[in-house]
Amino acid sequence: MSPLLSATDLTKSFGQTKALDGASMTVNAGEVVAVMGPSGSGKSTLLHCLAGIIRPDGGTVVFDGKSLSGMPDGPRSALRRSEFGFVFQFGQLVAELTCLENVALPLRLGGVKRKTAEQRAREWLERLQVADVAGKRPGEASGGQGQRVAVARAMVTGPRVLFADEPTGALDSLNGERVMRLLVSTAREQGTAVVLVTHEARVAAYSDREVTVRDGRTTEIVAANL
Amino acid sequence: MTISNTLLGLLEAGPRHGYDLKRAYDDRFGQDRPLHYGQVYSTLSRLLRNGMVEENGVEAGGGPERKSYAITEAGVTNLETWLTSPEDPAPYLQNTLYTKVVLALLSGRSATDILDHQRAAHLQSMRELTRRKTTGDLADQLICDHALFHLEADLRWLELTAARLDELREQVST
Ligand SMILES: Nc1ncnc2c1ncn2[C@@H]1O[C@H](COP(=O)(O)OP(=O)(O)OP(=O)(O)O)[C@@H](O)[C@H]1O
Ligand SMILES: [Mg+2]
Repeated sequence: MSPLLSATDLTKSFGQTKALDGASMTVNAGEVVAVMGPSGSGKSTLLHCLAGIIRPDGGTVVFDGKSLSGMPDGPRSALRRSEFGFVFQFGQLVAELTCLENVALPLRLGGVKRKTAEQRAREWLERLQVADVAGKRPGEASGGQGQRVAVARAMVTGPRVLFADEPTGALDSLNGERVMRLLVSTAREQGTAVVLVTHEARVAAYSDREVTVRDGRTTEIVAANL
Repeated sequence: MTISNTLLGLLEAGPRHGYDLKRAYDDRFGQDRPLHYGQVYSTLSRLLRNGMVEENGVEAGGGPERKSYAITEAGVTNLETWLTSPEDPAPYLQNTLYTKVVLALLSGRSATDILDHQRAAHLQSMRELTRRKTTGDLADQLICDHALFHLEADLRWLELTAARLDELREQVST
């Protein structure tokens, strides 16, 4: 079975900085892959290339048999909207909308009627155990609640891949744990693959396997059976 | 040390038979390794010798497992001291990983390899604990979390050491 998403030999520079220098990784349907490595090693850049947010200078990204790196901007962002979900460390919710409206937004943008969209959004808030903040604005929710709303928003469209960049980076252990548990369990239930960027081992421990990035290059070491 | 104090702790609530004691221990603390009967009886006879427990009557016709034990006053004092004293943090010079890394550098082996593979092994145990935690009850979760935080601490040390290998190599070779 060929992987759902694969990056081969990616290079990407920002001015003099080589952010990626021959990075490769694959993601199979439904699996959770952690991307670890020191700060500045290129983890976020790799995630952005995999998700088609930025175009690599060299190398290829293939999603479901289609080359993302070769695709024009229009179809590429359409594919991103329908197939991918995103959760970042901070500030991804629209401050002026309620949490419910935030979760309904991706559906609304996809042409779903308001009532249906809000009903599905409410179901997702319930699954993420944050139904109580539905009517609040993101600024009135706690950090942990906000991240769970963000997971609901990323999952509401039923994406094939969820990209999460330090989703618990701003949370304490207990709240981080809660977000990870719900993120991973809902993704597994839906068959959504997860690319999880983190430098915390306790977060990476929710993954099925791990890719390490150092100086823009990837390595994968599989633990020997002890 | 820990086992004998744990048995004392279980006896504090009231006398128990050896078999009973093993069951209580396994239920609460034996997730990873249940006690062997041999361990229970050798520990009990040591506690008996040291005056920490006393025999509390034998049921007629019973073997050793039908013997009942009660904690003594000295046993309670001992338990109290153990419970209220912090554990010795392991001194870093005895850390096996540190020793391996230094030996690798001294012998020209790849210290990076040792660190990378250790890291993968650590993360693999963390994965298993995380899996166990998500299906277990609260007691299970707390025990797994304790192990997870310790493994995480080791892992951070592995990462930091990997980032400082060049420096370390220079120091050990002088
Ligand atoms: N938009 C940008 N403009 C200029 N340089 C950038 C840009 N994005 C990333 N870089 C540089 O590329 C390198 C890799 O950055 P990246 O954000 O991918 O690292 P990271 O592994 O995600 O780090 P962190 O753990 O700190 O988030 C860094 O040196 C960074 O400064
Ligand atoms: Mg980053």
